[in-house]
Amino acid sequence: MPDPELPMVTIGDLGIVRDVSTADGRVEIVLTPTYSGCPATEVIRDDVREALRRHGFSDVIIRTALTPAWTTDWITEAGRRKLAANGIVPPSPAGSVIDLSLGVRCPRCGSVETKLVSRFGSTPCQAMYRCTNCLEPFDRVKPH
Amino acid sequence: MSGFDLMESPLFTYALRLGDDALILAQRLSEWASRAPEIEEDIALTNIALDLLGQARTLLDYAGVVEGEGRDEDDLAYLRTEREFFNVHLVEQENGDFAHTIARQLFFSTYQLALYEELLSSSDETLAGVAAKGVKEAAYHHDHAMQWTMRLGDGTEDSHQRMQAAADRLWPYTAEMFEPDDVEKSLVGKGIAVDAASLKPRWDRSIAEVFSSATLTMPHSVWFSHGGRRGVHTECFGYLLAEMQYLHRIHPGASW
Repeated sequence: MPDPELPMVTIGDLGIVRDVSTADGRVEIVLTPTYSGCPATEVIRDDVREALRRHGFSDVIIRTALTPAWTTDWITEAGRRKLAANGIVPPSPAGSVIDLSLGVRCPRCGSVETKLVSRFGSTPCQAMYRCTNCLEPFDRVKPH
Repeated sequence: MSGFDLMESPLFTYALRLGDDALILAQRLSEWASRAPEIEEDIALTNIALDLLGQARTLLDYAGVVEGEGRDEDDLAYLRTEREFFNVHLVEQENGDFAHTIARQLFFSTYQLALYEELLSSSDETLAGVAAKGVKEAAYHHDHAMQWTMRLGDGTEDSHQRMQAAADRLWPYTAEMFEPDDVEKSLVGKGIAVDAASLKPRWDRSIAEVFSSATLTMPHSVWFSHGGRRGVHTECFGYLLAEMQYLHRIHPGASW
């Protein structure tokens, strides 16, 4: 199932599907939000419910788990490849709050001569960069 | 509402306090939408507002569950009156110029980051869960405020003066974040709440370091504002609530 804001990756790729279980025809899905206020959270919940309904599962429980808190380290290798193929730089390992962003490579020309424009981007999970070599702006999923 | 007994359910009061701090600051920050000094900053301030709103939703939803009278996050955000909100005065203060907003962000995010770090080990699963998500967000907000404080403080003569004036103006609203009371004490004993007064030395050190790097003078004050934690607010709060609650009150239950 595609993420509503980053449709090139699935919610599985992003690592927000924490558990799926079935018992007596009932499906229970555990999701975790990326950021507390991420507006996609509710859309994802509705999309999951609808997708299951289409496949004949009407008895569905969707739970939200806040702990353990989502981290960009849970984005799968496949997810990282898809982000990169779509011009979005995948995150480096999380853990350091002050992300020095050294060596963030331009997804277009490959130059490391890039500059952080803003730590806040078009979605809560992204930051805005600009390449000083080819001058193109690009997004990066920030380590979280 | 007069006669609201804060101690009837300390956990309800505590969840509202944390939730209201986040909700009211989110409301103030969202006033910057389309008005920030540059587009990147417009996005930054509203993204911070969004994080805080997300934290507020979980906390108010939880307060409603603890209360057990069927109130949900919307009822608690839109249908309480001024005296039933328990946020600190700092977060309700008007945006002022950009320096004022940054000073408010610095003071609050430094506090919230320390608070969430301690709340991670709360025996209350929901509060610990909010903290686990919120601590990463608060760290980011703190970093944003710190960078701007240094840039403005150690910037031009005008930006320095404005940053200093903003810090001086908001300083009297900072002490309230660390004031202990019976609600907090009763929950600290059970390992649920954080002893906010214990965060003060760390907060002082952190602010002093940032001010020193930003070539700012530490403010001082002979009076401190307080009362928000028991529902007594400053003059500007009623206007904020009027704007925040208007739509929901005139069209009850309206949804997108």
